[in-house]
Amino acid sequence: MQKTIYQPGKKNGIVRKIETITKHGDRIWLGLNFSMGVVIIVLMVLIGILLWNQSAASRQEFGLSFISPFARATWNPVNGTFNAWPFIYGTLITSLVAILIAVPLSLGIAIFLFELCPAWLRTPLSLLVELLSAIPSVVYGLWGIFVFLPVVIAPLGKFLGNALGNLPLLGILFIGPISASGSSRLAAGVILAIMITPTIAAVSRDVFMAIPNSQREASLALGATRWETISKVLLPYGVSGILGAVILGLGRALGETMAVTMVIGNSISNSGSLLKAGYTMSSVIANEFAEAVSALHSQALIEVALILFLMTLVLNIIARLLVWRVSRKSSSEVRA
Amino acid sequence: MAELNPTLDTSLKVSYITGRKGYLRRKLVNVLMLVLTGAVTLLALFPLFWIIGYVMAKGGQYINLDLFTQLPRPAGVAGGGVLHAIEGTLMLTLVAAVVAIPIGLLAAFYAAYHPNTPLGVGLRFGTDVLSGVPSIVVGIFAYALVVKPSGHYSLLAGGLAMAIIMLPTTIRTTEEMIKLVPTNLREGALALGAPEWKTALQVTFPAALSGILTGFMLSLARASGETAPLLFTALGNDRFDLAKLISGGVSAGQSIFNILGNILQQPVDSLALTLYKYSQDPNINRVNQSWAVAFVLMMLVLIINILARGWVEYRAAKLRG
Repeated sequence: MQKTIYQPGKKNGIVRKIETITKHGDRIWLGLNFSMGVVIIVLMVLIGILLWNQSAASRQEFGLSFISPFARATWNPVNGTFNAWPFIYGTLITSLVAILIAVPLSLGIAIFLFELCPAWLRTPLSLLVELLSAIPSVVYGLWGIFVFLPVVIAPLGKFLGNALGNLPLLGILFIGPISASGSSRLAAGVILAIMITPTIAAVSRDVFMAIPNSQREASLALGATRWETISKVLLPYGVSGILGAVILGLGRALGETMAVTMVIGNSISNSGSLLKAGYTMSSVIANEFAEAVSALHSQALIEVALILFLMTLVLNIIARLLVWRVSRKSSSEVRA
Repeated sequence: MAELNPTLDTSLKVSYITGRKGYLRRKLVNVLMLVLTGAVTLLALFPLFWIIGYVMAKGGQYINLDLFTQLPRPAGVAGGGVLHAIEGTLMLTLVAAVVAIPIGLLAAFYAAYHPNTPLGVGLRFGTDVLSGVPSIVVGIFAYALVVKPSGHYSLLAGGLAMAIIMLPTTIRTTEEMIKLVPTNLREGALALGAPEWKTALQVTFPAALSGILTGFMLSLARASGETAPLLFTALGNDRFDLAKLISGGVSAGQSIFNILGNILQQPVDSLALTLYKYSQDPNINRVNQSWAVAFVLMMLVLIINILARGWVEYRAAKLRG
């Protein structure tokens, strides 16, 4: 018995001192936890600072004309004149296409998964939807180049070009003809839609999950049908969270690189048409950065990365705030 | 009698019918929309089955033992494998894990136990935002941090980029698993006089271990499929030969740290990077091999995901009781 009792007196003075100062190691442990938490935040800040510093020359040289849609659209590494608008346009237009397709799809999935589908089907279906987001982006790209583009996009592009190409205003977006391989901004947008649908669906499903059951019960008790309950009670209740989910998906679409690089055709065209090959911010970095011909060229590419970083940062912050707002109203936590 | 007041009668009739009609219409819209959401779910899952089916059928044809055991042959020569990329992927994920696991683990303990302190809120927010940073931007960051100062592309830079990609998922799953451990366990340990760190490492951590491991596996799977951050950090190197590097180092009488350092300095290929390069290759053998690599990569990711998610569901259900 005697031996197992804690005997501070038997300990050597220094060890005791260390134990007192560190509270038996707890201060060290907490300090470690704390500092690793700080590391994550420092990392975020450091990414911003490094991108900012490394693009200094490009920022000084071109100023705001770098991102201006009205400046002469050139990207000439040999002459050292750079204007990033074609890439910004490519990123925005492909993400817009992706969002337009993905939002109705993923809302449908979220509603089906949480409000309608039988309980035994829910887990396997959620798993399948999540698997869709687990497939690596290069595999999407490979499948896109050799299967999806020739089978779906090329005919679809031809049809859209014929049907909408002559419309007065919208027609600008559908000036054909689409290339035989199908590589185009449209292809990138559709592949992006497939890739971001699971993200939006998963977060919206969590938002639905966070809505208190009393809301549903009250609406159904008043005689509303299930659809009326969903569209008139649940959707308005969760609207900020769903908006957050959509913005989150948009952030994914803006930054997605490999699949887009593989199907967009990678060329700077003067045409803004969806059916033409284009470039996005991420794909120009992927294609040119390792082979940048001059210091200014690589700085310009880093500036493109900086713009991309800032865009996704702002979108992400807005999205998280919106999603957090919904979850604060209920007990279950929604994070994405 | 009815004819005496035709107006009233008609209006009654009309309202009765519209009421009935309205009800039918509402019922119809309800069924229609519900069917539509189901159809939309099927439509969205269609590409999943298409991709999995196609990659399995096409990639399966070109899978053979050589793929896993041989180094690549010169372009145009048939045969050869992607051993260099398999080794590269393993080394990259190893470096990423070594960097990300300790940081992620400690940060997750902080996030789980101090959720309402300023740093706790900032950390959770920062993790969420970090997971939204495009992977290509992470690649540029690792380039500026490691490649540019050291002057050459390396495994180390690629591993660091992958570690940054892994961190948010690691932190979040670990944090959730720690929170799932019943508080009684922790309180019991603390009441017995154990210090915080002992409680965390010897009570909470083992109880949450299997969940934490599945979280690591998930983030590893995600990172191993990433290509964009490796494009200008690990760059690719089809002469990477781990066995030769090690045996060369040993025969030159180098210490283990020198050999390790040497390996870390090499540019390497990963499976995803090889897939990307081969898919752009004009040579049909290379394109076929890229399908085989896609098969391997997809299987790896899918199997890890299915097992890990199944396990997490099971654990969570068990812990909730």
